[in-house]
Amino acid sequence: MSNDLYAVTVLGHDRPGIIAETTAGLAGLGLNIEDSTMTLLRGHFAMMLLCRGAVEGSAVESALAPLAVGGDLDVSVRPVAEGAASGAGGTAWVLTVHGGDRPGIVSEVVGQVASAGGNITDLTTRLAGELYLLVAELDLPVGSDVAAVEAGIRAAAERVGVTATLRPVEADEL
Amino acid sequence: MTDAVSPEQGSARLAAWTEAELGVEGRVLDVVRAPAGVLSARGDDVDPTSAETVQLAADLVATMRVSPGCVGLAANQVGVGVRVFCVDVTEHPKSRTLHGTFVLCNAEVVESSRNERAREGCMSVPDFTGDVKRASRLTVRGFLPGTGEEVVFATDAFEARALQHEIDHTDGFLFLDRVAGAHAIHPRQTYL
Repeated sequence: MSNDLYAVTVLGHDRPGIIAETTAGLAGLGLNIEDSTMTLLRGHFAMMLLCRGAVEGSAVESALAPLAVGGDLDVSVRPVAEGAASGAGGTAWVLTVHGGDRPGIVSEVVGQVASAGGNITDLTTRLAGELYLLVAELDLPVGSDVAAVEAGIRAAAERVGVTATLRPVEADEL
Repeated sequence: MTDAVSPEQGSARLAAWTEAELGVEGRVLDVVRAPAGVLSARGDDVDPTSAETVQLAADLVATMRVSPGCVGLAANQVGVGVRVFCVDVTEHPKSRTLHGTFVLCNAEVVESSRNERAREGCMSVPDFTGDVKRASRLTVRGFLPGTGEEVVFATDAFEARALQHEIDHTDGFLFLDRVAGAHAIHPRQTYL
């Protein structure tokens, strides 16, 4: 039996104890949780985690099956390949987009990032009343014409009636 | 009229200023919320001595006073696209240097240093807070409404943060445009 990496996702109605039950099931199999993220999306529980251990995928599914018994949580387990290291070099940026809600804001703006060869490494979008908000962290390749990328993003934002701000990630090295 | 141009003179003048100098009664105005376009456009510079600016200054202070927890308010936030704002962080526990209540026109940052990250909110973005890095040492130049005196002054800590937040408003930026990353936005309410 190999030391496999599994992606576990848990989605559904939020309630206290979901993380405790999920991680207890994984710990019981000797799985080690590596990267994980959890948030509430308009009140819905959403968690993804990568865990590693010398167990079969079916055993992980069985261990987590009680979570889904109530019918209000979806649990999935699937094996994943080792993640490729993200490209070295380049520059890191934070993009904020906000404005009146309408369909197509995200696709219009992130299309500009993709066409510049940019890679989004973190993304949050939120809707509150009429206000739509997107904050993304992204890497631009070495040699990118950042001013041109920013101009493209601003023009795209303008097409969908929102504003965009691109600024460098500030990391204080201590 | 002698302009108070040194930071020490400016600081003393600002601390001595009160809205009583305006000589008009402030009116409480409605605060607009994002995505109102006026919040994302740089305001026009104003004549600090004009009657309109003086009335607006009084209105901003009056609106700030009746808004619980409000430590600053920019003209864009009451729907007026000009570069005027008021600040009063006197009661805030994170304040150090204090200048009491004041209104500035056409203000700009002259010097800034010692960035610190903290969580901010805004009356125009009531559903979110965000982690924003701002200078904790700040020198600002602006003009007092009414007399039109130029003041240059230094401040720090929470008053410095409030000033940068308000000057950003006058330039058409919200704290959302300054947040540190994708996980630096926090909903104020849950949807349960």
